[in-house]
Amino acid sequence: MKYLAQDPTLANFGHDVWWLVLIKVVAVFALLLVLTLFTIMYERKVVARMAVRPGPNQVGPNGWLQSLMDGMKLPFKEEIIPITADKVVYFLAPVIAGTCAFITFAVIPFGPMVSIFGHRTPLQLTDVPVAVLVILAATSMSVYGIVLSGWASGSTYPLLGGLRSSAQMISYEVAMGLSIVAVFMTAGTMSTSGIVHAQAGGAQANWDIFGWHPQAPSWYAIVTLPSFVIYAISAVGETNRAPFDLPEAESELVGGYLTEYSSFKFAMFYLAEYIAMINVSAVGATLFLGGWRVPWPLSLIDHGVLNHSWFGLIWFLGKVLIFLFGFIWLRATLPRLRYDQFMRLGWKVLLPANLVWILILAGIKTTQRTPTGNTRWFVIAGVVVVALIAVFLWPEKKGPEAPSTEQLEEQLAQLPEGSFPLPPLDLQVPPSPRLQRLTGQREPATVGGGTDEKEN
Amino acid sequence: MTAADVLLLALGAIAVGAGWRVVITSHLVRAGLWLVVTLGAVAGAYLVLAAELVAWVQVLLYVGAVVVLLLFAVMLTRAPIGASSDLDRPGWTGLLVGGGAALGLGALLLDGYRWQKVDAPAVGSAQLLGGEVFRHWVLPFEVLSVLLLAALIGAIVVSRPAPGDDSGSR
Amino acid sequence: MSGYLGSYATLGLLIVVGALVFVGAFSANRLLSPSAPNPAPDKYRNYECGLDPVGGDWAQAQIRYYLYAFLYVLFAVESVFLFPWAVIYDRPEFGASAVVEMGIFVAVLALGLLYAWRKRVLRWT
Repeated sequence: MKYLAQDPTLANFGHDVWWLVLIKVVAVFALLLVLTLFTIMYERKVVARMAVRPGPNQVGPNGWLQSLMDGMKLPFKEEIIPITADKVVYFLAPVIAGTCAFITFAVIPFGPMVSIFGHRTPLQLTDVPVAVLVILAATSMSVYGIVLSGWASGSTYPLLGGLRSSAQMISYEVAMGLSIVAVFMTAGTMSTSGIVHAQAGGAQANWDIFGWHPQAPSWYAIVTLPSFVIYAISAVGETNRAPFDLPEAESELVGGYLTEYSSFKFAMFYLAEYIAMINVSAVGATLFLGGWRVPWPLSLIDHGVLNHSWFGLIWFLGKVLIFLFGFIWLRATLPRLRYDQFMRLGWKVLLPANLVWILILAGIKTTQRTPTGNTRWFVIAGVVVVALIAVFLWPEKKGPEAPSTEQLEEQLAQLPEGSFPLPPLDLQVPPSPRLQRLTGQREPATVGGGTDEKEN
Repeated sequence: MTAADVLLLALGAIAVGAGWRVVITSHLVRAGLWLVVTLGAVAGAYLVLAAELVAWVQVLLYVGAVVVLLLFAVMLTRAPIGASSDLDRPGWTGLLVGGGAALGLGALLLDGYRWQKVDAPAVGSAQLLGGEVFRHWVLPFEVLSVLLLAALIGAIVVSRPAPGDDSGSR
Repeated sequence: MSGYLGSYATLGLLIVVGALVFVGAFSANRLLSPSAPNPAPDKYRNYECGLDPVGGDWAQAQIRYYLYAFLYVLFAVESVFLFPWAVIYDRPEFGASAVVEMGIFVAVLALGLLYAWRKRVLRWT
């Protein structure tokens, strides 16, 4: 018996009976809620382990019910709406944030065709030819939840947090949208099930190792590696996660756009934030990591028996959890970026790199079609040479000119009386004590030696 | 009437009603939100007409980007919570411009089609639209890039502080 | 319903169910939260690090937010043209022309990015 996973095509969608659709909708909701609760605990446990502490361990077995309890507590809390708030928009903002977060999973494929109560149906709520656009549209709508919540609170810190957060989201949305273009170019379709199908298997290589024809890698994470890197970075920026968690930089902005929210509305934002994280992980797994298909060495077992029906769900969830682990790992490891560094990364690095990569990919793909192999290599070599020349001839970055001592003294003289005391102007950084121990006989450093008279 | 017709009519009614609210509301930011509803309803109408790529592009661009730009622009000047009393202009200019544009466009469309029946086009998929754009509409497509470039440069020039004024943020 | 509209009807159903869930959750919240909370006088003031709020309820953003939003619009337009292009550019009937056309389009918009870069708009101060 052959267990070939049957790929759903677009023709398989939109024909389900109504109760099946309802079951799927409820299942998607349930899955997302459970995944959210799980992710919160997953994050806390992993971060705790990386910081060598126990983490939450009181509620439930090993503390695994902590996030559920936290979530159940919030509706019992009193709701405090500031008097300056715009009540209608204040109410709408969390609803927009929450609803937009749920849309993405409507078009995420969880597995191949399965049979539920005797009905053959794809393990996916729905799919359309432009499914990835639906996801991007939902993401761009979720900016409203943030900018409106910040504005409607009628308070300074939420407003700043909301503006910064939305500027951040739109900046990284550009990079994210463009990184997906390479996937479309390789897959030739925009439907999520089609993209998973296109990653089913690479072409057989025409060279062989002792009679074994290795398959070319088929995951777009490998085939379009630059896109995957850009997607991963922009996904972190898009979801406002560390190290890009500037909107809720607690030392600068109190709590960001949701400072004035309490009770269940706060829970709603929290939910939306974590679902957004799960969303980008699921989209990344679908577009770049082969979706519900079993990873490579396992896929060889018995002609892909592990791709059959409900097995897909396991691989899909596994890939999502690996993606989420990456998010958590980043948070546990990296310090927060400054806002200008963050914007520079988005607009000056990710975006130009993305555009160049798309054009290079298009050039390579177009030349691959030409029958003569030589021109192809000439074109590729030309592109590489041009890129190298561009890198070498790139104008050196001029650092900001160090102000002269006279300028500094002039500035100092302009300071009003009673300003903060300043360190001496030519302060030398003392060498690290460890260095001293190593070299042993170094002269003691002159710290700000002979500058006292200059200060006056 | 099929379900699609009913949906189309309902979406049209929503679009017109929300558009009316955009005009009459005196809350600046809420006017922006009503604009979102209008544009979203138009996107829904595209969707019912089987132009799915255009529909989602409408959501992505107009709802997701242009109105955010508008909201930022409003917050750039001021976005008070509550009603603004000094927003109203005399109604007749608006009536003249709006009514004139509606009448002109309506007349143009009526004259162009004159009750002839047009076959519903195939589903406006990305493949179809992409093929059309890059086969027949290349020049408008390229001109569009120049237009966008001009708009961006204009915005940057306007927003920069005047030369000699060093106090602003550089 | 089947086919095209059926797929979108499912999506619509998801949104409707989502809205229902939220309405239910908000009404549950209304029932569950304390009905007679402590009416402290300054409780409903907005948060200003413990200080009394000063000034009106104005919101005024800086111009750079607008410029970034403008750049976003620019590149959103670019990406929505890239999407349909990406699925058809390798059709044999176009040859290399579709790639060249898109190259020109991208290059013109990249000029805008370059201009913003040179004018230091991209530097967040």
